[in-house]
Amino acid sequence: MRELRKYLPFALSAAVVAALIVVPMNFNRYGLFILSQWATMTIAAMGLNLTLGYAGQVSLAQGAFVGIGAYTAALMTTHGLPLAGALALAILLCFAIGWLLGYPALRVQHHYLAFVTLAFSTLAFLVFRNESWLTGGTYGISNIPRPAIFGFATNRPLPFYYVCLGMLGIVTLCMWWLIRSPWGRAFMALRENPIRAQSLGVDTRRYTLMAFAIGSALGGVAGVIYAPLTQYIDPVPFNLSLSLDLLMMVIVGGSGFFFGPFLGAMIAVLLPEWLRVTEGYYLMLYAAAVILLLIWSPTGILGILDRFLAERRTRAASAKRAGTKSQWETVA
Amino acid sequence: MSAVLEVSDVRKNFGGITAVNGVSFDVQEGEILGLIGPNGCGKSTLFNCILGQLTPSGGEVKVDGKPVTGLRPSELNRLGVSRTFQLLQVFPKLSVRENLILAGQEHRGSMTSRLFGRSDAGLTDAANQMIGFFKLDHLADEPAGGLSYGQQKLLDAAMAFMGGPRLVLLDEPAGGVNPSMLSDLKERLAAINRERRATFVVIEHNMEFVMSLCSRVMVMAEGRVLAMGRPDDIRRNPAVIEAYLGH
Amino acid sequence: MSDLLDLMVAGLATGAIYALVAVGFTLLWQTSQTINFAQGEFVMLPAFFMLAAMHAGAPFWLAILIGIGLSMILLGLGFKLLLVDPMLRHGVLPLAIATMALAIGIKEAVKQFFSAEASPFPSVVPAGEASILGRAVSLQSLGVLALAILAVIGLTALLNRTSLGRQMQAVAQNPNVARIIGIPVERMILLTFLINAVLVAVASVLITPIYLAKFSSGEVLGQAAFIAAIVGGFNQVRGAIAGGLLIGVVDNLSAAYISTQYRAAVPMILLIAIILFCPQGLLGRAEERTV
Repeated sequence: MRELRKYLPFALSAAVVAALIVVPMNFNRYGLFILSQWATMTIAAMGLNLTLGYAGQVSLAQGAFVGIGAYTAALMTTHGLPLAGALALAILLCFAIGWLLGYPALRVQHHYLAFVTLAFSTLAFLVFRNESWLTGGTYGISNIPRPAIFGFATNRPLPFYYVCLGMLGIVTLCMWWLIRSPWGRAFMALRENPIRAQSLGVDTRRYTLMAFAIGSALGGVAGVIYAPLTQYIDPVPFNLSLSLDLLMMVIVGGSGFFFGPFLGAMIAVLLPEWLRVTEGYYLMLYAAAVILLLIWSPTGILGILDRFLAERRTRAASAKRAGTKSQWETVA
Repeated sequence: MSAVLEVSDVRKNFGGITAVNGVSFDVQEGEILGLIGPNGCGKSTLFNCILGQLTPSGGEVKVDGKPVTGLRPSELNRLGVSRTFQLLQVFPKLSVRENLILAGQEHRGSMTSRLFGRSDAGLTDAANQMIGFFKLDHLADEPAGGLSYGQQKLLDAAMAFMGGPRLVLLDEPAGGVNPSMLSDLKERLAAINRERRATFVVIEHNMEFVMSLCSRVMVMAEGRVLAMGRPDDIRRNPAVIEAYLGH
Repeated sequence: MSDLLDLMVAGLATGAIYALVAVGFTLLWQTSQTINFAQGEFVMLPAFFMLAAMHAGAPFWLAILIGIGLSMILLGLGFKLLLVDPMLRHGVLPLAIATMALAIGIKEAVKQFFSAEASPFPSVVPAGEASILGRAVSLQSLGVLALAILAVIGLTALLNRTSLGRQMQAVAQNPNVARIIGIPVERMILLTFLINAVLVAVASVLITPIYLAKFSSGEVLGQAAFIAAIVGGFNQVRGAIAGGLLIGVVDNLSAAYISTQYRAAVPMILLIAIILFCPQGLLGRAEERTV
């Protein structure tokens, strides 16, 4: 029975992946658009989850990084350059900016990164809006082409959805590798107990900076997919609200849990759609829902699951401890 | 040969309060130095000044002849100084083995090799060795949060040794450990001290523990060194007795 | 040059309002580790309470009192009991996110239940100009400045000269020690929330006539308050006051002398500069590495 239990997560993942590939074949254009948006936002949320959930830093600029990625892709592809090139450039650009932003802020105090990213978010939006010679200003950039992957055109909704899904898959694998590596362990340590981590030689500053820079780069990746998805971008979606939305996605899904962003993005993208029937009230209801969820479980949806599992684990551990004492603790 | 640890005239003020008032001492390689004194005499503050948790208001600290005053704790750790904590600080969600791998990984390779290399940074064997040494074998895969207090104390000590430190500062290692485990803890610490020529400084309130483990004992009172010498001498020193009784 | 004096006074006037809001923000953080991202909306809302009261026939002075009262009940007591208390033991961040959601909720509620358009709001201060040093200065600015300064003086007096205020300061510095020496910490924290509610209501009365009552006016104000609090040093009330005044003046001057397109950037640049070169803020105390 134990053997089977070990394979449960793999079986579950395989089933979910299969469903994500097969089920949408029956969706209409709008459904595919929403699902592609979910995939894109999950990538951005995963980046933020790394910064926030693993390294414990609040970034209010993730939306701006998505914007930088989007504009990079839009500008390059509308001038005939390949999307892959835009991807590479966006990653480098966002990583570098993340490093530059984070370096001085982290020298200082824990929560100051939040405010520096807040400032950067505003500045980025202003640049997007004002520098029309580059970004098209409030008119934006239109007719963004969809890429050809290995010779296949992706102009139709379903093929491009697979592009988004594929990107999500690649990002997920990379994150999985990162979290399993010693870096992942260091990230977790500096979230759980930075003082202890420091006393063990973990350079908390450098790891925090890395988490923030990588997280920001992932924001850029999401943006690079977002541009050809909507095929038209203007500054409006990339303001502070997007950063706050992404933050909510991470917290509501469960900050620090690997699959938290997937759930959070699902809620953030799908819930407003369902609530749209209430018209003007939908944002209020959404806000109320988020508040209530946070009061009930500040560690998010996966936090509830984790608490449940942890209780079962401690009960099992106490039982085990009662049964076998350590070699030291023999009854005198 | 320079001492492993040289503390020269270290002082620490908090606003109007002087917690450490000019403390100087040396620790030679392989020594186990005990640090005792009544509550509030400045022992923990001194520790924190040595370890970089606090920046001293004055004075100097040298490790193996290198000045380390005011370096950050992570830098000190990589220079070979590690510590245990009075209040337990293991990582409860990680397994015992994972805790130990974490404790040693920053000493293996570079940032880059740690990203692209093995998930355990090649430390599984060393971790298992440590687990065996501290007799935590059957708990190796258990989450550290599920261990008993005494077991967590052992893990805490084990973590301090994973990085192969030159100098280990132990903050009340015997605190809260039940008597049946105390002699074994003492024996393990003495063994590691012998086998690895690791140098210890131990803050403790448990007199019997200190006197039997340590080669030298330093007594602090009111932020200053009151006496320094072999355990027997300290035990009989009238000023020391006065300092404890007078409180 | 007459412009400059008027600009300075206007800047100090808005700055004094920012100071009030920033002080409330800082107090909440100091005593209960609450980062209130809805602070801007808290300033926007009381004006609408007052407008509603006036629609229902109340005279202006009564509407103001009603607004302050409702603010204390909803934004002080209600906020603390319903949002802060349940969430605070889980750390700073979930509560901060919840206040973000609260900001959205309040904004949308006002947009939905009142109006999406801006509404005018009567001023406590008469319009017109006065002559100072031979230059024309708007009475509005002078009046607002005077009232805001009065409020700040009142607050400082409360904090420094009354036993109650000193107890609150003790709680802000170290709640555990305060509890040990017998200060009723929970009551003091509640008092901070109530004081914040009064501060934002007063700020609302002063600023709404100038920028009109609109559901979205909280955003800019909230941001200005955060920046003022940080610029002044997150852990000092005096700093919040200084920060607020500075931001107000800088904001006004830059509106006149810098292109409006990038006007919003100036406080941000100031913020980044302060964080880089003076991390504890203008008047803040440097925070030690903790054990």
